[in-house]
Amino acid sequence: MKNYDRVLRVISKAMIPFIMVFALYVQFHGDYGPGGGFQAGVILAAGLIFYSLIYGLEVAKKIAPPRFIELLVATGVLLYVMVGLMGIFLGSDFLDYSVLAQDSVHGQHYGIFLVELGVGITVFSVMLTIFYMFAGRGRNP
Amino acid sequence: MISSQLPALQIIVPLLAAPFCVIIRNSRATWLISVLASWVTFGISILLYLDVQTLGVISYEMGNWAPPWGIEYRIDSINVFVLLIVSSIGALVSLYAYPSISVEVDENKHYLFWTSYLLCLTGLLGVTITGDAFNIFVFLEISSLSTYVLIALGKNRHALYAAFRYLILGTIGATFIVIGIGLLYLLTGTLNLYDLSMRLGDMSLTQPQLAALAFLTVGISLKLALFPLHLWLPNAYAFAPSVATCFLAATATKVAIYLLLRFAYDVFGQSQIFSELPLGEVLLILSIAAMFIASTVAIYQQDIKRMFAYSSVAQIGYITLGASFASHTALTSSIVHLFNHAITKGAIFLLLGLVALRIGQPTLKKMSGLGKSMPWTSAGLVICGLSLIGVPGTAGFISKWYLILAVLERGWWWLAFMILASSLLAVIYVWRVVETMYVSDSDSRGDSHMASTTSPTSMTLVAWLFVTSCIFFGFHTSFSVEGASAAAKVLLEYTK
Amino acid sequence: MDFLDNINYWIAMFQIVMGLFIVIASENLIKTLVGLGIFQSAVYIIYISPAKIFGGTAPILSENYVIYANPLPHVLILTAIVVGVATTALGLALVVRIYEAFGTLEEDKIQEIDLEDSRND
Repeated sequence: MKNYDRVLRVISKAMIPFIMVFALYVQFHGDYGPGGGFQAGVILAAGLIFYSLIYGLEVAKKIAPPRFIELLVATGVLLYVMVGLMGIFLGSDFLDYSVLAQDSVHGQHYGIFLVELGVGITVFSVMLTIFYMFAGRGRNP
Repeated sequence: MISSQLPALQIIVPLLAAPFCVIIRNSRATWLISVLASWVTFGISILLYLDVQTLGVISYEMGNWAPPWGIEYRIDSINVFVLLIVSSIGALVSLYAYPSISVEVDENKHYLFWTSYLLCLTGLLGVTITGDAFNIFVFLEISSLSTYVLIALGKNRHALYAAFRYLILGTIGATFIVIGIGLLYLLTGTLNLYDLSMRLGDMSLTQPQLAALAFLTVGISLKLALFPLHLWLPNAYAFAPSVATCFLAATATKVAIYLLLRFAYDVFGQSQIFSELPLGEVLLILSIAAMFIASTVAIYQQDIKRMFAYSSVAQIGYITLGASFASHTALTSSIVHLFNHAITKGAIFLLLGLVALRIGQPTLKKMSGLGKSMPWTSAGLVICGLSLIGVPGTAGFISKWYLILAVLERGWWWLAFMILASSLLAVIYVWRVVETMYVSDSDSRGDSHMASTTSPTSMTLVAWLFVTSCIFFGFHTSFSVEGASAAAKVLLEYTK
Repeated sequence: MDFLDNINYWIAMFQIVMGLFIVIASENLIKTLVGLGIFQSAVYIIYISPAKIFGGTAPILSENYVIYANPLPHVLILTAIVVGVATTALGLALVVRIYEAFGTLEEDKIQEIDLEDSRND
């Protein structure tokens, strides 16, 4: 434990929750205002990357194991495709959200919400994977 | 219900299979998933082909948004033909792949290989099936990015550098394509290809139109490895794993050629642009240069995979030569050669994959005496070589025959002569392979690399399926020529 | 002031040429990727410039606003940016592995090693 980065540690501890909450806000407010999965995913990943820069890669990997993050990449894509396929199962075209609920406005809401969630998960985990990939190089030869 | 969803499923099946490969990770299981997905995809494109025969044009509205606002998948006789080529080769190559991959790619990277392969398949099919200009770019990048990964998975360290060079050039090409599409969007306000061609036809010719065509042509030419822009191709093909080489050689450049045809004949077909811009002449000169220079370079190669990669550049020259003049026979020859070259090159790289299992990276030196140690594979290589040259009785002959017919229709005897002369160059490099395999003394250089003494049955069967189809389509031309002829007819109708 | 009206496009053209020049001229692989990034970002400007309307707002319908910016180019470029990021990340990953395999990032040295290896084969 080094002492000279105490300021960083304290401030990052104070900031990271807000970064995460902001990411969630951008994610779930994306239907009504500017925002959405891409931006939210990057912000969320930035929060974790910030954490790992301050507390070290190993600690970050304990919180978000690379294997789990890789699974998340696939899960996000699967969520996206599944929502698209729901359109087909409910008798319309691929990615047609209107049929997801009793009326088309609700359907559109559910559809875009789930698809953006998929996008957000994938972007978050891809960003983190890229970070792990580069940060892990040359540490343990 | 399901039959109306086929165009979407064509893309979704491999796209859905890719994340499953990441989740499962087990080498054999991911292979099985890929094989299954590839065959389902192949089945779907057969059904689509049959549908197009009866219906003419299929239009599919993504998310039920009516074109030109939404993304439209638009399938006519030309892209269904390309879909069929890509998916059939994907299906067969995936079946062939397992033993080869387990030797040539690290065990813990197999799932990465299969994920990339499925994404590449998705991208290539997507480029072909979509009727939306920006969608083309997105799918093109999906396929390109996964291609870079596939190439970089080669065990030789030069694979990394080859992948990097391809990444740089491929990205420049794709960016040129986006600039071209952007200019078209600014001009017309639409991204739907069909709508674009209508609106460009109504428009008077302006500078941005010329710029858009120029950017698109250069970008696509980079992707299809038209002669002076082919520099990424030889090393990429030479160092990628055999399976990846085979899949890419048989499909990736073909899809880019389809894009060229689509833009030149369909999107710009009704505009007066070609009276201003001598695109046909430029293409003609570059194609002739490709036929001669790339074949000549191929003669001097030691590495067999690289030799046939240069030969690919030369063969692409024949395809673009047919595309450069707008007559029915010429376009037919171009599209037939698209198909015939895909199976011929596919067969060659599959056989080389078998050779690579025995002796490692196949070079001329190591292949000496192969006629004795691997008689069947060598015989297959000879047959494919004949098809590359264009000897009667092989698939290659059919496309060259139509090409020469098209040239003679124009009365260009000199060009017919040049086509024959460049085929002689192909004779030389094929002979170099045949000579090393059969004539030169068998030395035991290869023995130290002997990984196995017998070739896996599945691989041999698939490779020979390709080899026999090289001969089959040399005699039985009803599928290839009729499909190509229908496609050419559709393309020429757009230009009216 | 014709020149200033089209300043965005002039900048974009300059970026395209500069980016391509860096890609072609630089020997270092990282610099090549930097050039590629500059080249790609020119496209973003080409797309976004005509879609921006001064005084226009985000295209979310409301009674208070009448002028909206065209959302489509923005969405397209968002996609293109993601593609660009993916390309850069993959490019850098390859560069890292090239450095591990060859011990250098200079193109001429890598090509020298290439030649040596092909002679040894």
